Amino acid sequence: MSSFFEKIGASARAANEKTGSITIMLGQATYFSLFPPYKLRNIFKQMEFVGVKSLFVVILTGAFTGMVLAMQSHHALQNFGAEVMVGPAVALSMTRELGPVISSLMVAGRAGSAMATELGTMRVSEQIDAITTMGLNPVKYLVVPRIIAGICMLPLLVIIADFCGILGGYFVATNLLDINAGVYISSTIEHMEMSDIFNGLLKAVVFGLIISLMGAFHGFYAKGGAEGVGRAATDAVVSGCVLILIFDYILTSMMF
Amino acid sequence: MIEIKGLSKSFNSKKVLDDVNLSIEQGKITVIIGRSGEGKSVLIKHIIGLLKPSSGKILIDGKDITKINGKDLNRMRKRFGMLFQGGALFDSMTVGENVAFPLKEQTDLPRGKIKQIVRTKLERVGLKGIEDMMPSELSGGMKKRVGLARAIVMDPEIVIFDEPTTGLDPIMSDSIGELMLETQHALDTTYVAITHDISLTYKIADHVAMLHEGRVIAEGTVEEIKANPNPILRQFLEGRAEGPIKVY
Repeated sequence: MSSFFEKIGASARAANEKTGSITIMLGQATYFSLFPPYKLRNIFKQMEFVGVKSLFVVILTGAFTGMVLAMQSHHALQNFGAEVMVGPAVALSMTRELGPVISSLMVAGRAGSAMATELGTMRVSEQIDAITTMGLNPVKYLVVPRIIAGICMLPLLVIIADFCGILGGYFVATNLLDINAGVYISSTIEHMEMSDIFNGLLKAVVFGLIISLMGAFHGFYAKGGAEGVGRAATDAVVSGCVLILIFDYILTSMMF
Repeated sequence: MIEIKGLSKSFNSKKVLDDVNLSIEQGKITVIIGRSGEGKSVLIKHIIGLLKPSSGKILIDGKDITKINGKDLNRMRKRFGMLFQGGALFDSMTVGENVAFPLKEQTDLPRGKIKQIVRTKLERVGLKGIEDMMPSELSGGMKKRVGLARAIVMDPEIVIFDEPTTGLDPIMSDSIGELMLETQHALDTTYVAITHDISLTYKIADHVAMLHEGRVIAEGTVEEIKANPNPILRQFLEGRAEGPIKVY
């Protein structure tokens, strides 16, 4: 019986320690990102990796999400004879919810895992120790550029995902569902506000932080050779995705 | 002068270092020998401040470095260079960028000057004109040489070597030994190496200390170590499976 409680206690303690370490890393990263000198070359390199190289996958997922949304909402709205509302349904779902969430989940899978793998490999091959022994702070060199890249690039990707989703929905609605193009566009514009887009982008900033922080943290503290690096990548993606969905709920309840 | 006094370190409940006392003299090569997993790496990680001890102190020129943190610790680390076991070269950078990295980050030297220093240091370790290669294109021996060039690029007072010959063939091991002697004499630095390579130890050491079960069980010059009758030391130096050290 006592070993049962010991196990619960041990895992609770481990979870607490992890939360603490993540918070400390976030604090350090915030501190270093407030004060120059900035490692501009590293930041741009990470921006390219997180942003430019995720473009294709974000365009694809955005477009198909919008297309499916058009079909599904048409199916539901048909019952009420409200087919004209397909446009707003697609646009609002994309900008407020699916654009930020789906692109972030894709980037977490792509960039979050890669960050964890790269930093994990640097950890187990003692490259992070090497930076430390040179009297430099590895968080500043390795974590800060990744977090800045995540925070800056996710909103940009989400704008593109939103656009592709709305465009995809438009094509499906006008070509396959026989909705008038003019009606589709005007009803979309009528029902959408800037705040829908803006709040979605604010979510993207938070998700960008979550993805890069989880990727960096799990890689930074990886241990145990190749297996440990693999585990770090898995942990980065799983924790990143779960946190994205949890924070999506929290942010939605605060914003709308 | 580095003085290690009563240094102990435990991980969870396992005692890895148990009251280690050792003096490392300035301008000399000190070699710490011992079997794998006896705490050698843990010991050098304490010297450079990567780990904090459970108890005891490490005095460098009379200053206890286990008590300092943050900026002071980083300032102290600038007096050190370290060669890691696998070289620990940054694999996203070229060889030249690797060697230049400490100079670029720690000094205000102009680009041309840095390039020139990198070239001379690479020449010193016998690698001319490989600045543009990537670490993944290098052999194990070359990686260690580049690692050594990076470790000495700031002309540190103390250089620490973590298993400098592990994974190298005997000829390459010997040439690394030669290189250590050459660079140490040329720059008059303090070298601290941990190894289980006996021939390297005999070749380069001014002072040898044997670490066993977290303690220094024997120390002295190479001659003194060779003459020491301690059965554990004898078994280790002669490389026998039978003896007081049990092999599992």
